[in-house]
Amino acid sequence: MLRPETEAELAEIVRGANGPLAVQGGATRHMPAEGDGLTTAGLSGITLYEPGALTLVVRAGTPMAEIEAALEAEGQRLPFEPMDHRGLLGTEGVPTIGGAVALNVSGPRRVTVGACRDSLIGVRFVDGEGRVVKNGGRVMKNVTGYDLVKLLAGSRGRLGILSEVSFKVLPAAATEATLRLDGLSVAEAVRAMASGLTSPFEVNAAAHDPAAGATWLRIEGLAGSVDYRAGELAGRLAAFGTTTRLDLADSARIWRGVRDAEAMAGPGDVWRIHARPSHAPELVARAGAEAVLLDWGGGLIWVRVAEGTELRARLGSFDGHATRVRGGVDLPPEVPAIAALTAGLRAKFDPRGVLAGAGA
Amino acid sequence: MEMPKVDPFTLARKDELVRALGAVLPEDAIVYAETELRAYECDGLTAYKCPPLAVVLPRSTEEVSHVLRICHDMDIPVVPRGAGTSLAGGSLPTADSVILGVARLTDVLEVNYDDRFIRVQTGRTNLSVTGAVEADGFFYAPDPSSQLACAIAGNIAMNSGGAHCLKYGVTTNNLLGVTLVQMDGTVVEIGGAHMDAGGLDLLGVVCGSEGQLGVVTEAVLRVLPKPEGARPVLIAFDDNETAGACVADIIKAGVLPVAIEFMDRPVIRASEAFAGAGYPDVEALLIVEVEGSEAEIDEQLGLIEEIARRHEPVELRRSTSDDESARIWLGRKSAFGAMGQINDYMCLDGTIPVSELPRVLRGISDLSDRYGLKVGNVFHAGDGNMHPLILFDANKAGDLELCEEMGAEILKLCVEVGGCLTGEHGVGVEKRDLMGHQFTADDMEVQMRVKDVFDPKWLLNPAKVFPLATTAERRA
Repeated sequence: MLRPETEAELAEIVRGANGPLAVQGGATRHMPAEGDGLTTAGLSGITLYEPGALTLVVRAGTPMAEIEAALEAEGQRLPFEPMDHRGLLGTEGVPTIGGAVALNVSGPRRVTVGACRDSLIGVRFVDGEGRVVKNGGRVMKNVTGYDLVKLLAGSRGRLGILSEVSFKVLPAAATEATLRLDGLSVAEAVRAMASGLTSPFEVNAAAHDPAAGATWLRIEGLAGSVDYRAGELAGRLAAFGTTTRLDLADSARIWRGVRDAEAMAGPGDVWRIHARPSHAPELVARAGAEAVLLDWGGGLIWVRVAEGTELRARLGSFDGHATRVRGGVDLPPEVPAIAALTAGLRAKFDPRGVLAGAGA
Repeated sequence: MEMPKVDPFTLARKDELVRALGAVLPEDAIVYAETELRAYECDGLTAYKCPPLAVVLPRSTEEVSHVLRICHDMDIPVVPRGAGTSLAGGSLPTADSVILGVARLTDVLEVNYDDRFIRVQTGRTNLSVTGAVEADGFFYAPDPSSQLACAIAGNIAMNSGGAHCLKYGVTTNNLLGVTLVQMDGTVVEIGGAHMDAGGLDLLGVVCGSEGQLGVVTEAVLRVLPKPEGARPVLIAFDDNETAGACVADIIKAGVLPVAIEFMDRPVIRASEAFAGAGYPDVEALLIVEVEGSEAEIDEQLGLIEEIARRHEPVELRRSTSDDESARIWLGRKSAFGAMGQINDYMCLDGTIPVSELPRVLRGISDLSDRYGLKVGNVFHAGDGNMHPLILFDANKAGDLELCEEMGAEILKLCVEVGGCLTGEHGVGVEKRDLMGHQFTADDMEVQMRVKDVFDPKWLLNPAKVFPLATTAERRA
């Protein structure tokens, strides 16, 4: 396993590579591709953290736990609530921030504060020819040149190997409240979640677990404000039934479970479907899944199906896309015009085909 | 300002071009008479002017596709134009280029509150997007100060921001999908009404590409429920540094205002004389705005005022009514107009780390002394996006050049302290030649390779963003 300790070493390895490199951070989020193993774990550490400017710059191989601890000490957090894939995928190891960025990993708060790519404000990476490239920076408003920051986020290592990433972080909420509705159908749950998310009460996460018969909506902020909004929201949701306000420990446990898709435990393939929230009930019906979890108010549907199920055939055509994340990564097919742009970009960023990427 | 040499061969083909366009567009969608072309000779950066070869004003994605295909086949450069409000010369034409204006693409195509989006044609103005949903209690968050006039197409091209980005983000954070027409006429749908477009984040790189990758004709935008209310507090300080320190402390404290605006003495005095908002005559003013119900607003403003008091403000004025809120914002919103009334000015747009505010303000003041040009500062302090206004006299020979030189020095300072050349206006032609201060040759090479993929002939807005010498081979 190649293990560069500096960005310059990383660039040298890429320049000298004769075949595909199988790049990994902590290898907890996907199975590495075929090729010479290369880990970014040696590129580790916080380069700059300025709580007063909401700015965090870290090397790509930095463990998530180290980042979370540093932020927590200052009462701050990564806004996008990245999941820990170890439970879902049965992997072991140390999740890194580079892996989260490479897969654009975003949790329940994504529905309101945006995805990983929305908090990402700068990258440094090595392209397929061993060029060290920087884009963006450490300030949250920056339109200087093309936004390769977004392009690299979620690129699964296919355009470059990340060496450093910068984020806009946010203050952690003083407190939170989660309201639970019981016994709703998927269709009712999606309507209830939409009602919450279109209210002025700043619901920042909304999920539904059919097996648990529960629908959850979360509010965060200052204590007085949270109490006020929880009360107003309960009134607004009265049409869907009586709400129960969870205690803080339960609230934290529920959202960790949603974030990490714990409802997908059990044998079979796991897919993520990104769709219009209002289409979720129809898609859930078509999927005929063994387990289902709705996050992002229904905009993200997790499903577990029997191994080898051709889920896309069951879903038919819809606005959005489906990716198999357990049981072998299977990325959504692209229409010809998009496929041509993707292939063109890969050829420009990695003309020698050194960056095998993660699972595609 | 240097622009590429005009191609006489292209100029000679004007009649042929107009005939070809006439075959795919109605007559009223083509402008080619010399006098009418004058209307398109510049955008918001009025120092530079050049009428284009022709202007087209298509009414559909299909017409846009036909026009681009024709220009592609004839090797004629195309400069896309939204409402023409760019402050960076983003839609400045050359004499041998065709302006493609989206001004007639203004329809709302779909509104869906359950899925929280609106789909519009991109010639629609920013403010009228909110206008289409506000009666139902929703709004579109990015709010550039030109929002009454600027088009969504330009917002996407420049990744526009506004005063409320600290909480709601900029255009790219509120954009779910686009219909993009490539230079060869290919129409691509990227993303849609779902979250995360999937595959490589093409949406992310199209947004902010200054019309160099394609023409966006339709957009799916996120709409948000309006907060119950909003109220500002005005905080006055004796010096800029204390105001800067107060901003950092507010952000660090865990309360996230929707806006933190900063004005210094020259701007305060000018806007006071112009608008009479009743501002105190001090060195620095902050306007901090929070949102929510009455009780929530009180809770947040209480916390902010407690932090501010630790910095011993000269004055602390909390708005207690909509009327007072309007007065507090009046001076800030009139600031640019007020400065324009007393002088010609050039508005810069660099962003800096918030912690460097005192150092950069000192640096700007030193440069002001050195160049003998006055500067006013008014900006979004929460996100470090500065807008120094350099005052000059457009009728005095050499003053514009002096002002540009000083502007360049300020932007270099922004980069030096860890910031960037432009936070929300874009590079355009204005900051093109400064790109080498922020990026290495490799950094720019990789960016230009993205354009190679989307527009291999380099015909879309080709003279912008990168230094001309850097793009010369590709444009040849």
